[in-house]
Amino acid sequence: MNYFKESLLQLLGKAPSKPKPEDFTPEVKKIHLYKRGEKPNVAEIRAQHEAHSSHKWRNRRWLTLVAVNLLFVVSYQFDIQILEGALTASRFIGFHMADLNSALQVMLAFKHMVLNLLIGTTTILILWLLLGGRTFCSWVCPYHLVAEWADKLHLWLVKRKLIKGYDFHRGMRPALYVVFALLALGTGYTVFETVSPTGILSRAIIYGASLALGWVAFLLLYEIFISRRAWCRYICPIGMTYGFVGLFSPLRVVYTTESCMHEGDCRKVCLVPHVLEPVTKGRATDVTVPIGADCTRCGLCIDVCPTGSLRYEFKGLKKVL
Amino acid sequence: MTDSKDKQDKVAAKPVLPVVNKRKQQQRRQFLRSLMLAAGVVGISTMGYIPVARSWHPRLRPPGALDEAEFLASCIKCGQCVQVCPVEAIKLADIMDGFGVGVPYVGARDQACDFSCDGLQCILACPTGALSHDLNYPHEIRMGFARLDRPDLCLAMHGAGFKGQIRGADFTGLFRYSEIDRWKPQRVHEQQFDLEICDLCITHCPIEIRIAQCEAGEPPSGDVNQCPPKHAIELRAEEDRGDGVMRMRPVVLDGCVGCGACEMVCPTEQAAIVVDIESTVQRA
Repeated sequence: MNYFKESLLQLLGKAPSKPKPEDFTPEVKKIHLYKRGEKPNVAEIRAQHEAHSSHKWRNRRWLTLVAVNLLFVVSYQFDIQILEGALTASRFIGFHMADLNSALQVMLAFKHMVLNLLIGTTTILILWLLLGGRTFCSWVCPYHLVAEWADKLHLWLVKRKLIKGYDFHRGMRPALYVVFALLALGTGYTVFETVSPTGILSRAIIYGASLALGWVAFLLLYEIFISRRAWCRYICPIGMTYGFVGLFSPLRVVYTTESCMHEGDCRKVCLVPHVLEPVTKGRATDVTVPIGADCTRCGLCIDVCPTGSLRYEFKGLKKVL
Repeated sequence: MTDSKDKQDKVAAKPVLPVVNKRKQQQRRQFLRSLMLAAGVVGISTMGYIPVARSWHPRLRPPGALDEAEFLASCIKCGQCVQVCPVEAIKLADIMDGFGVGVPYVGARDQACDFSCDGLQCILACPTGALSHDLNYPHEIRMGFARLDRPDLCLAMHGAGFKGQIRGADFTGLFRYSEIDRWKPQRVHEQQFDLEICDLCITHCPIEIRIAQCEAGEPPSGDVNQCPPKHAIELRAEEDRGDGVMRMRPVVLDGCVGCGACEMVCPTEQAAIVVDIESTVQRA
């Protein structure tokens, strides 16, 4: 339950806090004590890892993201009817699917729900409940992919000292989440959909370029020159919705305290680094710690970890097998 | 006790330097920045109301669309209606439509809805009921209502005929000519016409076509429910002006559903007949 609370608060923008002494299990206390005197040869570990370093999960993820979005295009252009519609709502070989946040916006604005939408929303809810919630963000959302590239560019510019990056308070996102919900409810328009780069990009990919892409380009420029990954981190209610789903998901990244050498590579690549608080030396409260719901399950940390201390886990699957 | 009091006095006696708490200051700056960004995002997204409130782009919505405000509220902007339309009459609006971005419309002059699908596929495809599932047949639809906007341009009003291709060789519009192919819509420009008096708006009216099919004992899809109860458009003789020219006026009747087929095929440079947008679908 402690995990749930901490994970939820993190999702709502709370900065990670130092755990209290009584939060630690006796086992992990021993590990922390043992590690205190340890001075690992970080250079050696890295060299070892680099010898067989991979982008396995990143490549799988990009491939999945491109494949899903291409399936929409192919289904429409060649009329093969596998995945019809766009990311906001679609039909997969005839079965309704509706993006949870789009469906929520429509429900609040329209104040009425037809059966098809209910079926579509439930299907998608179950799907992402099983697959990790914000997994949608990093494995499906087309804006995430372009924002990842924009992020690389941003970091390169910062490294060259050409720009200075700004950050914002993560509490913005839940605040905007409430604002957009109230706007839909009060005005009767799906206000967020007007600026959603996910919807705009998905439709542009499927139905052809639009002027709305100018807005997406503006967001990317903002992220490159002013604040890295600003949309996903501080604004997007879609990520928030799927974050809530992820709270209850059995699929997550799990951290193993004992093998970790705390050299910090994972936090450098992480797109939502606040979720990796437990990897800081002395912060993990248990032998293994599940990473919070705001984690997009992108797997960058898994790829980069030189000691294999981070891995995907489907809770309870081991017991079953 | 006295000791601590002494200490306090000492502290108080010291000249107070302006203490800048760097962390506090940074936090305050970050908070203000965040507030500004949030206000910016909300401001930009609500700007989408301007084109809606001002009706910058009045749109003919696909068959079965709810009243405009409800339609915008209920549409999930997925374009499934676009994908099923056999004549590709449905387009998605762009960002200049504000809140209407990604919402489908029919650009009748370029490509009207001709009910080629018979079964109202767009309605069946709609996942949210923005296109009302209560409607089953074309004659139950009311997207708008046709009106002879420029009688001075209308060929029939001049007693003129029409010969050749509708709207030139470059026109890409599609129409289902059942006598050519029941399933495959044809390019309008591929058809040659030679009419004594131009009656293209009547011969291309999907409602009139259905009535004729029903009268011939061949209702669309073999379903008598497809037979429209009311006529939609007819040519009526104008009063003779004594010059021996037989002038005819296209008169729009109660059965018009506003699909825009007449507007699409009107062969004059600017369409003489247009569709006024009007939705009569109300949520129960």
